[in-house]
Amino acid sequence: KMASGQQWVLVEMVQAFYEAPAYHLILEGILILWIIRLLFSKTYKLQERSDLTEKEKEELIEEWQPEPLVPPVSKDHPSLNYDPNTKLNLSIVCGLPTSHKIVVNGKECINFASFNFLGLLDNERVKKRALSSLKKYGVGTCGPRGFYGTFDVHLELEDRLAKFMRTEEAIIYSYGFATIASAIPAYSKRGDIVFVDEAACFAIQKGLQASRSFIKYFKHNDMEDLERLLKDQEVEDQKNPRKARVIRRFIVVEGLYINTGDICPLPELVKLKYRYKVRIFLEESLSFGVLGDHGRGVTEHFGVNIDDIDLISANMENALASIGGFCCGRSFVIDHQRLSGQGYCFSASLPPMLAAAAIEALNIMEEDPEIFTILREKCSCVHRALQGIPGLKVVGESFTPALHLQLETSTGSRDSDMKTLRTIVEYCMNRRVALTQARYLDKEEKFLPPPTIRVVVTVEQTDEEINMAASLIREAALAILK
Amino acid sequence: LSSVVKLMLLLLQIQNHVTCNGALYNRPFSESFEETPMLVAVLTYMGYGILTLFGYLRDFLREWKIEKCHVAQEREEQRDFVPLYQDFENFYTRNLYMRIRDSWNRPICSVPGAKMDLVERVSHDYNWTFEYTGKVIKDVINMGSYNYLGFAENMGYCADAAADVTMKYGIGVSSTRQEMGNLDKHEELEMLVAKFLGVEASMVFGMGFATNSMNIPALTGKGCLILSDELNHASLVLGARLSGSTIRVFKHNNMQSLEKLLRDAIVHGQPRTHRPWKKILIVVEGIYSMEGSVVRLPEVIALKKKYKAYLYLDEAHSIGALGPRGRGVLDYFGLDPEDVDVLMGTFTKSFGAAGGYIGGKKELIDYLRAQSHSAVYATSMSSPVAEQIITSMKCIMGEDGTTIGRERIQQLAENTTYFRRRLREMGFIIYGNNDSPVVPVMLYMPAKIGAFGREMLKRNIGVVVVGFPATPIIESRARFCVSAAHTKEMLDVALSAISEVGDLLQMKYSKYRALPSQDWPSDETSYEGTGNQGTRSPM
Repeated sequence: KMASGQQWVLVEMVQAFYEAPAYHLILEGILILWIIRLLFSKTYKLQERSDLTEKEKEELIEEWQPEPLVPPVSKDHPSLNYDPNTKLNLSIVCGLPTSHKIVVNGKECINFASFNFLGLLDNERVKKRALSSLKKYGVGTCGPRGFYGTFDVHLELEDRLAKFMRTEEAIIYSYGFATIASAIPAYSKRGDIVFVDEAACFAIQKGLQASRSFIKYFKHNDMEDLERLLKDQEVEDQKNPRKARVIRRFIVVEGLYINTGDICPLPELVKLKYRYKVRIFLEESLSFGVLGDHGRGVTEHFGVNIDDIDLISANMENALASIGGFCCGRSFVIDHQRLSGQGYCFSASLPPMLAAAAIEALNIMEEDPEIFTILREKCSCVHRALQGIPGLKVVGESFTPALHLQLETSTGSRDSDMKTLRTIVEYCMNRRVALTQARYLDKEEKFLPPPTIRVVVTVEQTDEEINMAASLIREAALAILK
Repeated sequence: LSSVVKLMLLLLQIQNHVTCNGALYNRPFSESFEETPMLVAVLTYMGYGILTLFGYLRDFLREWKIEKCHVAQEREEQRDFVPLYQDFENFYTRNLYMRIRDSWNRPICSVPGAKMDLVERVSHDYNWTFEYTGKVIKDVINMGSYNYLGFAENMGYCADAAADVTMKYGIGVSSTRQEMGNLDKHEELEMLVAKFLGVEASMVFGMGFATNSMNIPALTGKGCLILSDELNHASLVLGARLSGSTIRVFKHNNMQSLEKLLRDAIVHGQPRTHRPWKKILIVVEGIYSMEGSVVRLPEVIALKKKYKAYLYLDEAHSIGALGPRGRGVLDYFGLDPEDVDVLMGTFTKSFGAAGGYIGGKKELIDYLRAQSHSAVYATSMSSPVAEQIITSMKCIMGEDGTTIGRERIQQLAENTTYFRRRLREMGFIIYGNNDSPVVPVMLYMPAKIGAFGREMLKRNIGVVVVGFPATPIIESRARFCVSAAHTKEMLDVALSAISEVGDLLQMKYSKYRALPSQDWPSDETSYEGTGNQGTRSPM
């Protein structure tokens, strides 16, 4: 029975074979030949993985020598300079509060180096408020904002900052550097375009690197260069309008540039914003609490409507003399960071005593707007006093609290320039004026600023002290820069 | 013989990751990640499917103005700009996260200790906006804060010392480490941290997240290879990306996967050019905070030595929490700190402060003092925070003349073992190592995420629930952090509430229910013993 069944199937098959149209048979024949060819052809792999024998692999593993984990550091790097007598690091600061007077390596100096613009580092009210917060909450928050790390102090500080800056909402970060470095990648992703000033600070550069967007640098404070880049982008957009509709564009600038001490031309930027449909992110670490009649920063200084700026970011470590940073703007923009700001979601929140200190500092700023005028007067006083020093030129606006002193004629080598400036700084430190060199990571900066001495103005410096410091620097320059 | 039988039963029943190189371990290493039951997985996917459909429906209604739109809108003047957010990017936020948003960001108004006070808030429009009623929910048992050794206190020796320093030094620094921000407090702290860890030198930073994201780029660059665990923290991933090195990911805690990657990397070199790699850096964490698993450190170190790679160990959660002396995962396994090239950790969890540190050889730390992004551009640590770390670290080390430190470490170990054992007896699926104070309890279904958080709050217990995207989409969980500040009574209260809610929400998924053994393991008072599993039998 089985055999007959099989025969029957065979007959059917042979019949089908005869009855099939010719093209059908030809097609099937070609397919069968192709399959046979594929079966027997040599497969080629994208990577020759199996070319090495086990023994060869073992030899390679034996032979491979990695570089040392860290390259050796030159012994005369300033942050490593151990004095063999005292065993102290030569730039150590000790004991007394790091405020107007500062003790550097045992010598009490006048502080021209800490960013303590409003003199709040040593303020009794701020310290008392921090103390009472410590007594209530302890020191740490033991969790990120999402998991019981949100304290009522944080909410109060965010509210106060938003009210002070007259925006809808503010968000706090626990570290100043992380603020702008987390804010930029939250909005700008791969494929978006960011136009940045060349003198942007390192935190902005890291934020841009994390965002993986296209970065286009324009010359420092050069609006024509920026407009040229924007026009070029417009031409690109015409070529591919569908893509252009989804690419986001941003301009990132600082209010007062920390590297050069000058101010950004905000009204022109706002005009460019509306003409070319780009969003503006403003970094106000140096200008918050400094510019403007009430210390609201560069928007108040120019009288620009704050809603025209999409995001303002600042750190609380300069004028507010606390730790951390904040971003403020409209809720539409800021609320997004609560879920996508890396430094916000994945990091423990700001210790409540530091937030309370910032609130008290804000109180002081609001009660006494005179302080900003005084600061600006002192800044212009310092600016004037430092003019005309032979061999050093002042870099920065007259109202900037953090100026740079640059060598008028560079020797050509960065190292020897830095050594010269360091001698000047040490000369001043030995005579009780604390200055510092502006520090950069030479290999990591995109546009490395030239070596400079940083001079910081605070409201606590008296006129005598300013004049004394200026004459000391003049003396140093004359002695060293012959 | 009975222990052999017990071991065999263990091997047969629970899907344990048994150590393959058992000789390297001087203590049993038992982790379990019980598989998701099939029915639960199906129901979870269904749940997400229904939520997605509803999400589309609600978006449709919002667009056609049938439903009120609470989402913040773009300015009128900027309507013709390229939209800042793509609609689909925020789909999950608008339609799933918003519904259960009250489980997160709960504001507190007291010390985040074993018990805390929550600020009561209500929402009248389904979590779009919150209002504060002005009342405070008092004495909520805190199972969510990272307070492993109970140093989150506002009274006592540590707080007093920090208060002194606040008035003497002030709180801000306003300068970077390399400019004018290098205080003697920092030097004191760094020497203490080096002593604590048993390394040559250490350096401290103001933020734990930034420690990773700013120092990994200083250590590796182009032409280097970073082998990073699948479940590494966002800060490690960001640091690796910013460094510009090639990154390859190995399966979580899987030593075969790591070895294969190491061999392939050395044998084949860099992709396309086949030049040899400059260096290889293995990045792992001590305790993984979402899984509760402990890294297989003896095996990693053996691999690192064999293949001449460098090891970067992030002990954010394990420092202070593991080990008989509280020195972290190296202490737990009895290993030598010299074997790990870069020991990193944070002060937020076990020390009740803020900030991070890196410890290692003197050359490494000297290099970081000169080249770390944080030392050059970021403000240094605040003084009272440094003082809190100094006092709490001295307490753990026993240098303040008391035994508080030892007692707390002991208490944490006991609490961990007890808590885990009781949860397992109740029938919950728990992930992770038996000794880790991070206890994830699986929820799976999206609706249970919100329900668990709310029900536990009704019973005055604050828990942390996590869902996508912090975890894989079907593996949502509730994560408990056991603390040395929890007393047995608090744990019992919490456990009975968890059991009640577990029955209510049908969360007891485990197939293996252990029979309850004696209530309090009185014979395992110290770290010498192995964690008693209780007698087991298949259900």
